[in-house]
Amino acid sequence: MTTDDGGLYAALLRRGISRRAFLEFAAAMTAALALPAAYAPRVAAAVAASPRLPVVWLRGLDCGGGTEAFLRAARPTASELLLDLLSLEYHETLMTAAGEAATAARAGLASRFPGGYVAVLEGAVPTADGGAACTVGGRPFGDVAAEVTRDARFTIAVGSCAAYGGVAAASGSPTGARPVSGLVPGDRLVALPGCPVNTDNVVATIVHWLTFRQLPVTDGRRRPLFAYGGLVHNQCERRAHFEFGEFVQAWGDEAAQKGWCLYKMGCKGPETYANCPTVRFAEGASWPVQAGHGCVGCTMPGSWDAMLPAYRRLPGIVPLAPEVTIDQVGQVLVGGVGAMTVVHGAASVARARYRARRARSVAGPTAAATPRPEEPAPAVEPDPAEPAVEPTPAVEP
Amino acid sequence: MSRVVIDPVSRVGGHLRVEVEVPGPVASDAWVSGTSFRGIERILTGRDPRDAWLLAERICGRCSGIHGLASVRAVERAFGIAIPTNARLVRNLLAATQFVVDHVLHFYQLQLADWVDLGSALRADAAATVAFARAHDIAGQPDAAYFERARDRLAALLSAGAAGSTGGRHPAYRVPPEAELIVLAHSLEALDWIRAVAHLQVLLGGKEPHPQTFLVGGMALAPAWGGPTRSAAEHPQVDHTTYPVLSARGLADVQQLIGQVQRFVREVYLPDVLLVAGYYEEW
Repeated sequence: MTTDDGGLYAALLRRGISRRAFLEFAAAMTAALALPAAYAPRVAAAVAASPRLPVVWLRGLDCGGGTEAFLRAARPTASELLLDLLSLEYHETLMTAAGEAATAARAGLASRFPGGYVAVLEGAVPTADGGAACTVGGRPFGDVAAEVTRDARFTIAVGSCAAYGGVAAASGSPTGARPVSGLVPGDRLVALPGCPVNTDNVVATIVHWLTFRQLPVTDGRRRPLFAYGGLVHNQCERRAHFEFGEFVQAWGDEAAQKGWCLYKMGCKGPETYANCPTVRFAEGASWPVQAGHGCVGCTMPGSWDAMLPAYRRLPGIVPLAPEVTIDQVGQVLVGGVGAMTVVHGAASVARARYRARRARSVAGPTAAATPRPEEPAPAVEPDPAEPAVEPTPAVEP
Repeated sequence: MSRVVIDPVSRVGGHLRVEVEVPGPVASDAWVSGTSFRGIERILTGRDPRDAWLLAERICGRCSGIHGLASVRAVERAFGIAIPTNARLVRNLLAATQFVVDHVLHFYQLQLADWVDLGSALRADAAATVAFARAHDIAGQPDAAYFERARDRLAALLSAGAAGSTGGRHPAYRVPPEAELIVLAHSLEALDWIRAVAHLQVLLGGKEPHPQTFLVGGMALAPAWGGPTRSAAEHPQVDHTTYPVLSARGLADVQQLIGQVQRFVREVYLPDVLLVAGYYEEW
């Protein structure tokens, strides 16, 4: 039942979109995927030839932010995504059908789509009280999600709630919210955390699949390295001010007006892995630091506990970028040679602890047979609760 | 069958279930329940009030930013904080933009399927639709090719499962097929129009949904520095290609985007609402 109508390129040509505009889209996606520009023709050819990809989008304990981000997609636009690139088979917020007719739209997916379909999960899975905190058609969301992802070619966990539990799993939560990783075999899951997810990363993941027929290279938490392989701090346009020791000290001060570094206002860029500074939002229009507010670390696990308070520095040190020496960090942060030893020691301990845990998590049930590149060591220990690697028996298929 | 259950109710912001008791031609009782609960009130308890807005904002992604704004205002009121005029202006711009985009999205993406039938719109004749558009003074006076293209694109929607039943037209639909095609063609334009809105929201909020420029006591956006600056050569690593939104150049962008947003609302959205509403006056 896959709609084979010649793919995105043919559809765009019918609408009078030029070949040039299409190639620009391919080039933008190639850049978002951190591929060399030489790959652009291959990306363009693959996307042009692909039939529309069936997508089943489920919402759990969420706010709908991922869906809203999707509707604001610009490269390509939401209408191009919905009409030309994808075939939306199920999405409670956007579908006409309701009730039994809606439930029927996600029945027999494997036989209806022999060519495969993609499952998109937005939101966390409640496990307390038998999953009563989120039900669809009277059934726990976890059961429905397990059913839909079982036969999916691959599953994209959009946003931090699906990837880690997010807001729904923050301390004080009564719902026992868990990430969707307990439902999906690790090698068929791509996690795109963020609050909300950056739609460019969703599209880039799909384009990667269309081009190479495999998922992008991910880290131990199934996050694609093209998007989550680098620190916000190292890609930040205000980074030079950090090097020069030029910091905003109070909201609206002279330094804020000059666009200096927000480190002292609690920016979590030094602890956060994401491509926000390079991809940005709304066709690259802006991102929080450009607008004047520090990063709050929303792409990191347990961010609603580990990354708060938002306006104070975390008790840690800045991870070292290749161009920064420990001496520079020491001078900027503590300004004393004696303190440097302490800082260096603390970092070594943190790294050793991190490696030990990573070794455990790789041996765990989510480890796939394919080798993965080393995950960059976070400067701050992730939330000890570690929701992503904990099995969740209550919702497992 | 006296009890009708609709679950999931689609095209709403969250998860919804409706049960209706229907003993005869008139419903005798009904129960409506939200079927998703996160307990954000409990998650917020005991946290730093300056952080509260970040969590409160995540209550709703569709009503983006609004709960965050309510939260910072509640904290400011509790502490007796008066915010600067500039902050108030930026907050009002953000809130007003959200107010506008929410109306348009609700109409074209959420409600429209209750008023117009996609299946019958696809059977509308392009020439007849042009005549209808002339007679009703539809903005831009699009030609037959425009409606043929729209019909082609909408057909792709109908082939997907999300479009729902492709059975016959329900008798409750009253809008003629030509008007249905016009409004549905505009719903595709609305999806493209959102780019301009998102651009405006991202300039003022840093991202969208969940803008990240609120602060208890004001906004994180700072006006452009008016004093002397070092030359670009002294700061070779600093990115000089971006400029603050609260600068003459940034505000010109904002003004241009507001104009673009307003134009669509005046020329397309409001006439469409009135056109559809005309067929359902008792609603």
